[in-house]
Amino acid sequence: MKYIEPHAHMVSRTTDDYEKLALAGCEALCEPAFWAGFDRSSADGFHDYFRQLTEYEPKRAAKYGIKHFSWLCINPKEADDPGFAREVMSLIPEFLKCPTVLGIGEIGLNKNTRNELTIFEEHVQLALDHGLPILIHTPHLEDKLKGTRLILDSLAGFSKLDRAKVIIDHVEEHTVAPVLDAGYWAGMTLYPHSKCSLDRAIDILEIHGPERLWMNSACDWGVSDPLAVPKCALQMKSRRHGADAIERIIYQNPKDFLSQSPRFIL
Amino acid sequence: MPSKQDLLDLQFIEARHKLLDLAAFLDRIDRHPGEDDYRFAAMKSALPILLENRPDRARAVLEAFSDPTTEPIPQASFQGAFGAPTPKH
Ligand SMILES: [Zn+2]
Repeated sequence: MKYIEPHAHMVSRTTDDYEKLALAGCEALCEPAFWAGFDRSSADGFHDYFRQLTEYEPKRAAKYGIKHFSWLCINPKEADDPGFAREVMSLIPEFLKCPTVLGIGEIGLNKNTRNELTIFEEHVQLALDHGLPILIHTPHLEDKLKGTRLILDSLAGFSKLDRAKVIIDHVEEHTVAPVLDAGYWAGMTLYPHSKCSLDRAIDILEIHGPERLWMNSACDWGVSDPLAVPKCALQMKSRRHGADAIERIIYQNPKDFLSQSPRFIL
Repeated sequence: MPSKQDLLDLQFIEARHKLLDLAAFLDRIDRHPGEDDYRFAAMKSALPILLENRPDRARAVLEAFSDPTTEPIPQASFQGAFGAPTPKH
């Protein structure tokens, strides 16, 4: 089955994983800038990372017939020092010219600090200034509910924001409704131990419907499964979801959202 | 849409396995030396939700494991998350 992996951190994955994704039917993959498991000590470290996302990974993916796109930002975990964060952010406009960069992300919150919120809002403004879509990370575990509420409150202050161009990722049962009700897209991340299990993601889909919803593996350096999306599709089949419903959530929905960037061409 | 019977056929053994694993985890913590902490207390306080007659138990469990405060904090005293709100909350 063909599908789109809308959130994967391939800099942390092996080339074997690209082969597995291709064998499973992955046509395109999006890589948001995030914490790579280890704090970078300088803005130069991010410059190298942005080059890796925009130059190296698209070539590595292309060997397996997968289109690779990226989102750029300084992630919230490394953005608690506003001076450092702004230094990294000043690099972004140069990279926005790259033909595979779709937008600003994954920005958001980590421990829900004031500095994280300030830098989050500066990223939203950067995206608005350049007319770009936004991909938002919501915090982990006990911090998610509060962080999602802070993010929604903050976004409500941006009167010019087109909510259809914003996806709020890593939603779970306690955060999906406020995100969808406010008109944003919502992403469900399929993780073995945290975020959504395959069955819980399908429950959310059954309860809330497929409108403005996608699922991703968010595979990275931690406990995660690059094949989570096709595995969830298989589980949907065993729960008697039809082929059209499966294709909508794993292919058409991400295509619809991502095509808001003119650069997302399959 | 699958019926209750279909879902029981498909998933009962797996759910039974998860419940047994949780029961054994509670036993294991009790059996071992030392003190438990706020995470174990949060887990035990969430267990009664499973027997409530409501359509959103998963959501309620997640809320029970969530930081109930609403204001951004001045500074994080640690990075990462542990799955239940720390006692200072
Ligand atoms: Zn991510």
